[in-house]
Amino acid sequence: MDLVALDDRDRALLDGAAGEAGRLAMRVLVRMARAQGAERLRDVTRAHIDGCLYHGRAGLDFARRLVDGGGRVTIPTTLNVGSLDLLHPDRFRGDPETGRQARALMDAYVALGCRPTWTCAPYQLPGSRPALGEHVAWAESNAIVFANSVLGARTDRYGDFLDICAAITGRVPNAGLHLDERRRGEVVFRLEGIGARLRQDPVLYPLVGHVVGAAAGSRVPVLIGLPERASEDDLKGLGAAAASSGSVALFHAVGLTPEAPTLEEALGGRAPLREEAIGPERLRAAREELTTTAGDRLTGVSLGTPHFSVSEFGRLVDLLDGARVHADVECYVSTARDVLPEIESRGWVGALEAAGVRIVTDTCTYVTPIMRPDGVVMTNSGKWAYYAPGNLGVEAVFGSLEECVRSAQAGRVTVDEELWDG
Amino acid sequence: MAEGRTLAPGAAEGEALVLAEPLSFWGGMDPASGMLIDAHHPQRGALLAGRVVVMPSGRGSSSASSVLAEAIRAATAPAAVLLLEPDPIIALGSVVAAELYGAACPVVVLDAPDHRRLQTGDRLRVVADDDGARVESS
Repeated sequence: MDLVALDDRDRALLDGAAGEAGRLAMRVLVRMARAQGAERLRDVTRAHIDGCLYHGRAGLDFARRLVDGGGRVTIPTTLNVGSLDLLHPDRFRGDPETGRQARALMDAYVALGCRPTWTCAPYQLPGSRPALGEHVAWAESNAIVFANSVLGARTDRYGDFLDICAAITGRVPNAGLHLDERRRGEVVFRLEGIGARLRQDPVLYPLVGHVVGAAAGSRVPVLIGLPERASEDDLKGLGAAAASSGSVALFHAVGLTPEAPTLEEALGGRAPLREEAIGPERLRAAREELTTTAGDRLTGVSLGTPHFSVSEFGRLVDLLDGARVHADVECYVSTARDVLPEIESRGWVGALEAAGVRIVTDTCTYVTPIMRPDGVVMTNSGKWAYYAPGNLGVEAVFGSLEECVRSAQAGRVTVDEELWDG
Repeated sequence: MAEGRTLAPGAAEGEALVLAEPLSFWGGMDPASGMLIDAHHPQRGALLAGRVVVMPSGRGSSSASSVLAEAIRAATAPAAVLLLEPDPIIALGSVVAAELYGAACPVVVLDAPDHRRLQTGDRLRVVADDDGARVESS
């Protein structure tokens, strides 16, 4: 088997210079570098950790092994959502013993020196955004695709365990999306014939993402024809959906994302493997795939997957327009605790509470039991709609943010037919 | 019988289970029972525990390593995983479980002709180390 070339610092870690945790982290990294065919390791400047979400004892055993071995992160490291809302602990409806284990896991990652950000959208936190061309080790699929695509930073698809090994050592296998040749666009998707209403609504983006993810698989997609004024929130929704229906970790949007000023540059000067059109029929089909039930019964609305930004809160407050959500509908918005002070200072936390909207921090409503399990839940998130029925047992209805708000207020699924006819 | 590339080392024996489609262990395997639980997978309900699972690839969820490591801890994991496409996330779950519990689930990549020849019910022995991997009838 090919050997991985190690430098003096790598060898020192393997020899235990930074204790047992550093040795364990470096052993796992070297093993994974071999599995990926990397010739060497490389430096990274930041990490974002997914391993703090509880999936069973093994995750806790690993984190505790690192804590007990004197482990400490050596680069700035943010934490993804955990299984609990630590600011609103009574929202957890799961088994109390699982809740205690999940809490112990979150504590262990803080003990390793990670920042308790508890968000899937670290790119929304000031000071946590990597720069164009910066090499980082980010886990959590929506954060990975955002960092690579929208920020032009470079991270491979890291997952549980390897993320914290990278944070402790500051090193990763020099492989995957750290390499120029793996970042070239491969499949071209051209938006065509989509009506003006749909083009202007943010609902466009998760639908495009859902289509592109399913069609591109693990290939790097290049999008042509997205509206020029697509915002970061829009691209966030697109990437999250594409990383759910497929394993997209990087997309290029010509004229919008930093590595795609032109189609030629996005493709790295090569011909694409294939080219596909995305028209209104495929978007309507995506909306149907993300909806698991017919009829207008509604028990909940879930927003904020990925975590809501300040500007998304502004739009929600405008759409609510002071009216309460229906008493039979539980309406949740997931966000980062670090976003709270800003929305509080604008008076929006009070406005949302008065409207009957509940804010969830530190976790997300599709990974942990917060909502009632037998309900029908409407969402504007392609990612939530993709995963929640399997994770929670609920039925999902996908719609625009405006449709979600109207439905929450009416107490039944309310569709804006004109939006979809266009 | 067949030589492959080692993603995660170890030695194991078991009955082959050939999966027609890729599987993500996260959301696809219940680590408490070792069953395939992905509602979208054609072989939902199959028992993965103790089998040499032959599948084209994983599905890329970054939580799949945690689920595999947890299944290895709980002794509900496949005996080995034989892939067509390298999947570092599956390998990582096995590597970490070996560190934590000393229990390995070898993960091996085979060439397409060798991979295609394997059939559900074959009794297989898998030996994977740094020099390479061998898969033979047992």
